[in-house]
Amino acid sequence: MRTVTILILLAAGLLPATAQAQDAGTAKIANVNSGGQASLRGLTELDETRPADAFKQIPKDRSPYASAYVYQPPLIPHQIRHYELSTNANKCLSCHSFKNSRESGATKISVTHYATREGQVLSDVSPRRYFCLQCHVPQADAKPLVANDFTPVDSLQ
Amino acid sequence: MKLLRIFWRRLSTPSKAAAGALLAMGFVGGILFWGAFNTGMEATNSEAFCSSCHAPIVLEIRETIHYANRSGVRAICSDCHVPHEWTDKIVRKVQASKELVAWAMGTIDTVEKFEARRGHLAEREWKRMKLNNSQECRNCHDFDYMDFSVQGQRSVAQHSTALASGEKTCIDCHKGIAHRLPDMKGVEGWQ
Repeated sequence: MRTVTILILLAAGLLPATAQAQDAGTAKIANVNSGGQASLRGLTELDETRPADAFKQIPKDRSPYASAYVYQPPLIPHQIRHYELSTNANKCLSCHSFKNSRESGATKISVTHYATREGQVLSDVSPRRYFCLQCHVPQADAKPLVANDFTPVDSLQ
Repeated sequence: MKLLRIFWRRLSTPSKAAAGALLAMGFVGGILFWGAFNTGMEATNSEAFCSSCHAPIVLEIRETIHYANRSGVRAICSDCHVPHEWTDKIVRKVQASKELVAWAMGTIDTVEKFEARRGHLAEREWKRMKLNNSQECRNCHDFDYMDFSVQGQRSVAQHSTALASGEKTCIDCHKGIAHRLPDMKGVEGWQ
C-alpha cells in the first residue's frame, strides 16, 4: 500500500513536467518580447530570417531632379554603375568638369568645388570635393520609410 | 642517331602506295592537324589561360556589366582582346609570343609589379582598339542596329553624334568599361 502511494505521487509529480517540456518546444507565445527586433524594416524575430526586400531600381536616365533645399548637392538622375571614382580616375568629371561639360552637355560642377575649407580658390577641383559620391547620390524608386510632410521653400518650388 | 637516319631515309624514299591514296591520307592528316592546331589556339583564348598570368585583371571584370548582367549575354577575355577575324587573330597570336618572354622574366608576376605596369598595358590596348576602330566592341555591339528609342538620353546624345559621324570610336569614351582604370593623369580625351 505504501509503495503504491509513493509511486502514484511520483508519477503525479512527473506528469506536469513532461507536459511543460512539450509545450515550450511547440507553442508560440504571443505578445511576449522574445528578443525580436522592431525596426523600420518591420518586426523580425531573432530565430527567423525574413525574406529579403527586392533590389531598388535606379532609373537609367531621366531629367534632373528639383532641389529640396538651398545648397543641396543635386541628386544624380542617371545610373552610375561601375563609374570609377578613385585616386586613379574620376569618371564623373569626364562629363561634368568645366572642360568637358561643353562637349557632353552635362551640368558643370559648381565653383564651390574649387575652394578649400578656408575659402582659398584653387586652380582645379579641391581634394575635399573630389569624391563626388560622398555628397551626391542617385535616387532610387524607394518609398520614404517614415511618412513626413516636408515641403521645399517657396523659392525652390 | 641511327634511328634518325632510318627515319630520314623512310621519309625521302618514294612510296609504293598510289598517288591518290597518298593524297587522301595527306588530306585527312591535314584536317586532323588543323583541328588540333585550332583547339590548341582556342585554349589560349580561355579565361583560365589568361588568368594564369593576368589574374588581378580577370578578378576586376567581375564587378562589370560584361561579366554578369540582366540578359546573361557576356564577354570573356578573348572576346575583346583577341580579334575575331582569322588573319588578325593569327597576327595577334604571333605578337603574343612577346608575352611568353614577359612570363619567363616575371614582368608582372606580383601585384606591385602589375600595378606599376598597368598604365602601360592599358595604353597599349587603347591604342590597338583606336587603330582598328574598336572592332572588338563592334563584333557584338553593332552600331547600325542600335535602337535609340530604348537607350537612355545620354547614350542617344553621344551615340547619335560622335559615334555616328565616326569622329569618336567606342574606346574613346568607354575606357574602364571592363577593368579598373590606371592613373588617368595625362590620358588625352579623359579630363
